[in-house]
Amino acid sequence: MILENVADAFGHILHLKTIILMFVGVAGGLIAGAIPGFTIAMAVVLTLPFTFSMPPEQGLATMVSVLVGGLSGGLMAGILTGIPGTPSSVATTFDGFPMARKGKPGLALGLGVWSSFFGGMISAVLLVTLAPQLARVGLEFQPWDYFMLVMFALTITASLAGKDIVKGLIAGALGLLVRTVGEDEAVGMARFDFGSEILLSGFDFIAVLIGLFAFSQLLNDVRDPKSARTSLSEKGTIKARIEHIEALKVIFKNWIVIIRSALIGTFTGILPGAGGSVANILAYDQAKKASKKPEKFGTGTPEGIMAPESSNNAVEGGALITMMALGIPGDVTAAVMLGALLIHDVVPSPTFISEQPVLAYSIFIAFFLATCIMLLLQSGMLRVFVLVTRVRMYVLAGVILGFCGIGVFALNNVDHDLWTLLWFGILGFLMRHFGFPLAPMILGVVLGNIAELNLARAMAIDTDLTHFLTRPWSLFFLIIALFSAAFPWFQAQRSKKKWTLFYLPVACFAMSVPLFMMGGIPRPVIACVVVAGGAWVLYKRWKSGWALDAYDGHEIKEG
Amino acid sequence: MGRLNRDVYVAVFLLLFSGVMFWASFDIREPDYGVLAPSVWPRVILTFFTILTLIYLVQSLRRGPDEPDANAGEPSTVGGWVSYWRNPIICFVLFGGYLAVLPYLGMLISGMLFVFFLLSALGGWSPRQLSLHAAVAVISVGGMWSLFTYGLNVLLPSGELTGI
Repeated sequence: MILENVADAFGHILHLKTIILMFVGVAGGLIAGAIPGFTIAMAVVLTLPFTFSMPPEQGLATMVSVLVGGLSGGLMAGILTGIPGTPSSVATTFDGFPMARKGKPGLALGLGVWSSFFGGMISAVLLVTLAPQLARVGLEFQPWDYFMLVMFALTITASLAGKDIVKGLIAGALGLLVRTVGEDEAVGMARFDFGSEILLSGFDFIAVLIGLFAFSQLLNDVRDPKSARTSLSEKGTIKARIEHIEALKVIFKNWIVIIRSALIGTFTGILPGAGGSVANILAYDQAKKASKKPEKFGTGTPEGIMAPESSNNAVEGGALITMMALGIPGDVTAAVMLGALLIHDVVPSPTFISEQPVLAYSIFIAFFLATCIMLLLQSGMLRVFVLVTRVRMYVLAGVILGFCGIGVFALNNVDHDLWTLLWFGILGFLMRHFGFPLAPMILGVVLGNIAELNLARAMAIDTDLTHFLTRPWSLFFLIIALFSAAFPWFQAQRSKKKWTLFYLPVACFAMSVPLFMMGGIPRPVIACVVVAGGAWVLYKRWKSGWALDAYDGHEIKEG
Repeated sequence: MGRLNRDVYVAVFLLLFSGVMFWASFDIREPDYGVLAPSVWPRVILTFFTILTLIYLVQSLRRGPDEPDANAGEPSTVGGWVSYWRNPIICFVLFGGYLAVLPYLGMLISGMLFVFFLLSALGGWSPRQLSLHAAVAVISVGGMWSLFTYGLNVLLPSGELTGI
């Protein structure tokens, strides 16, 4: 049965038209990734209208290709110009640019390209193996658990997306509220329509996403008239050639860096809210800590390029694991992918892989294939991608805004989607200006209906609200939601206040309670390990006389 | 006025918005069937939204007035403000204009005009730039329009006046 599904999926993906679309998608992603200010999420969201008329397998393969290309595109601009194309490749510039300036741009690019390839491949293997397992766990979820999972996803996104968790939570709540406008799905009653036919039909959430993310980002990019008129890179012709053999030799010598960073990337991706912008810094930091020569970092060391590039390409595999197994997007790009599934009437949930195996395997295969295409294109078309960084930002913004109009109209063939685009573009722009992160709002918009539907189902089964506290999975998600909400305070007060010494042990003890409640053998054993971990941390702190540790934190920025 | 920071005004605006939405939530009809009334979920969200906004307001009030260099570069006069935000305002106004003329000129012509005027307003009006912007507008919008119309078989709106 599995082989049959895999064969069917190969049949869909290895179609000439799909392969061509994947090449175009990877090339588009690489170009988008190479341009600072043009984020991967924006590229993926703008691809969505094109995929509307395609079969789901083809449309998703195209979007996966844009995603994989975008993840790798940032490294070229970062290494050759010192300007990271995307937040996911910020750490790559720390060593990539110095190495290129020392006369080894070919080696730096080779390391980046091959690390991206291996990171993507490792994460693809994990995606194929972990997603079905996680989906099996997901099958245990009842509406109470599912509702709480959505709340957890929103909370952790709010706590990781910006500096201020209160603003993040407000943005998340606003996203949920936007989704309530129009007829409610359960009984079809009008909500917040203010007598308007347009509001009664609700906001198309793809138009909302494009407005919030793409439109507002472009306005931000052209805000300063001077920088809008200058190209991003004014340098002469780039004559670098990728040194594949030399790069592979270095990578095989330091294979542990690749594997560790890919694992960091994948697990960061699994966590809702934490994307490539977090993973590349984390992996760089870990590579530096594990290195025998940490002082060389920042001067053009190979590990400094390998770690961030391997991790940022692994992130999306992780985000897709959560999206495909649980129906919860790991980040904004996965939220857009989820949107792509929804417009094809496929609702991702724990039963997604078992009910839509061909589509699920098509995504797996597309991820593998897109990673290989990315390697080919990056090697062969390096100069073209770097040339794109010479386009003036205002030209790019004008053309993309024009495209937004056509693309959004094509979604439903109705004019008011274009007005939705404009209003949410303005809202997104204002939110960025006043420091509200957009990621929680986007997740709120995408997950709003899922949350309400599960709340309604839970109430239909039993109106007793204590189920949210007595069901193990629901309690588990509630506890981690609370601890993730407190995380920014913990981070801010770390090494300053005594209470922060107890944050981790208390989190471990609290999390073990639902794990014990789940019964069986493996989960209580995991609970014992978690309790032991918490006790060990507590013991160490007691031994050190409750001394506050010195902590060198990293700022996490929205991707 | 000068003793308050920008976040206080945002918080007050959000509280007003939340009040309006709460008021509007009482207009939602409650059917006799179904366990979860259609107004419950929006009110749950609004309750959290209001609580969070109050926390935001208190935090903003406790922080006191903005530091002199907190919003460095941002002007304080109306003229300066318009000049500072010139480009985004141009984008909004031209996009609004594009939507207004869309029913009369159609997607192709209004799209080209929008991109042309936007590029010229942001990039400059010299003859060389104008020809470049016209070429970019025709090629980009024309290409995209053709792709959607002929490649993806999407029916894009034609204009009452132009017929295309």
